[in-house]
Amino acid sequence: MSDLQKTPLFDLHLALGAKMVAFAGYDMPVQYPMGVMQEHVHTRTRAGLFDVSHMGQLQIAGADYATAALALEALIPVDILGLQESRQRYGFLTNEAGGIRDDLMLANRGDHIFVVVNAACKAEDIAYMQAGLSGVTLTEITDRALLALQGPAAEAVLGALNSEAADMRFMDVATLRLAGVECWVSRSGYTGEDGYEISVPAAQATDLAKALLAHEDVAPIGLGARDSLRLEAGLCLYGHDIDATTTPVEGALNWAIQKLRRSGGDRAGGFPGADVILDQLQNGADRKRVGLRPEGRAPMREGVVLFADQTGDAPIGQITSGGFGPTIGGPMAMGYVPSSLAATGTTVFGELRGKRLPLTVTGLPFTPANFKR
Amino acid sequence: MKYTEEHEWLRTEGDLVVVGITEHATTQLGDIVFVELPDVGDTVAKDDEVVVIESVKAASDISAPLDGEIVEVNADLADNPALANEDATGAGWFFKIKPTDASQTDEYMDEAAYNAMIA
Repeated sequence: MSDLQKTPLFDLHLALGAKMVAFAGYDMPVQYPMGVMQEHVHTRTRAGLFDVSHMGQLQIAGADYATAALALEALIPVDILGLQESRQRYGFLTNEAGGIRDDLMLANRGDHIFVVVNAACKAEDIAYMQAGLSGVTLTEITDRALLALQGPAAEAVLGALNSEAADMRFMDVATLRLAGVECWVSRSGYTGEDGYEISVPAAQATDLAKALLAHEDVAPIGLGARDSLRLEAGLCLYGHDIDATTTPVEGALNWAIQKLRRSGGDRAGGFPGADVILDQLQNGADRKRVGLRPEGRAPMREGVVLFADQTGDAPIGQITSGGFGPTIGGPMAMGYVPSSLAATGTTVFGELRGKRLPLTVTGLPFTPANFKR
Repeated sequence: MKYTEEHEWLRTEGDLVVVGITEHATTQLGDIVFVELPDVGDTVAKDDEVVVIESVKAASDISAPLDGEIVEVNADLADNPALANEDATGAGWFFKIKPTDASQTDEYMDEAAYNAMIA
């Protein structure tokens, strides 16, 4: 525990009464006195402020944007070259087996690509990219915090600090002065709500967080609610719903791979595991990540083994994330099932405390997204 | 009221004992979203796992504090698990047990001893 890293907002979390836990090597707030359920509801109805400074912030630059984009496309099966300036897109690093090394966000900042990666993967990502990228430089940004402001009130709250924030659309990125500080802002997040992610110099991060929290609609939100919010939104948690053994097609992330990188596209393939992933894009995979709604009230969590029926011995898959969805008012889960059982409405069974309980395969997200497109 | 080390409270009502979990326990567990109660008529032995509680964080088991028969369960709690957070020692009770040997309650802590344990 003594080796845990602290984010620039650590003292503020303690002052706000947070309960701290170890997460990805950081001492992070799991909840505040409001509690996980109310924090979740607050984010869906007003606005929540999250400290996501544990995530990795990277800049990748080459002779020009195209050089950096093409270098990165050798590691990521996404159209990065065609990403417009001041726009952001979701992507992932793949491995030779077609699995996912990490998922990430990529932004075209004109003279460089700004990348946000998962905290638990960042050291490996950096080493891997530095070894695999030629002709470009990768810089880890270690002197900035990352805040997320999420929820229907986010636009009004941030717009009050800088009206340009309100003009941004979903997945726009911009450099904005907020409370006197130059911030790198994207209109995105990981809750299914409208909102922003804000990269702010570490020295000013607490002041900016306080300025945002001063708004009556904004409350601090911990990792507990962040997890239930992203699960309701059908979003993957790396290391749980996707990992080095799951391909993007198995993970139902086909949408993130543009046609241009698929078979027949102008820049088809050319990334690790392309043979596996391109084949699965055309012919499907044997298993697929799906949404699951337990029919009863009991939550079924990560690790619950799934079966096709009440009696069969052979497991068909397992739950990779599960819990209670405050907005939907019941249990929810995601997991992998054979593609033959992945159709919406299919009943499968999860083994919970020795009993096989039914779950229904459900479309994702569980709650509709509220992005400002 | 008597208290177990597992943070259950026991309140004797005539020849029955009402059982729930303490406010300290529900605060530690966080928002409770699911409670699985035993069936009325179940004969249980002390330390049998009789209740499953799921909070937003995790699942926990609650053991029978006494030998006896379950004579009533709190159906309102099954429908609205948040009652355990809102009113742990009142509307959030779990079940009523008819003890085989009422003297088993004597071994449990009184309020002062319980408060010292959680202090």
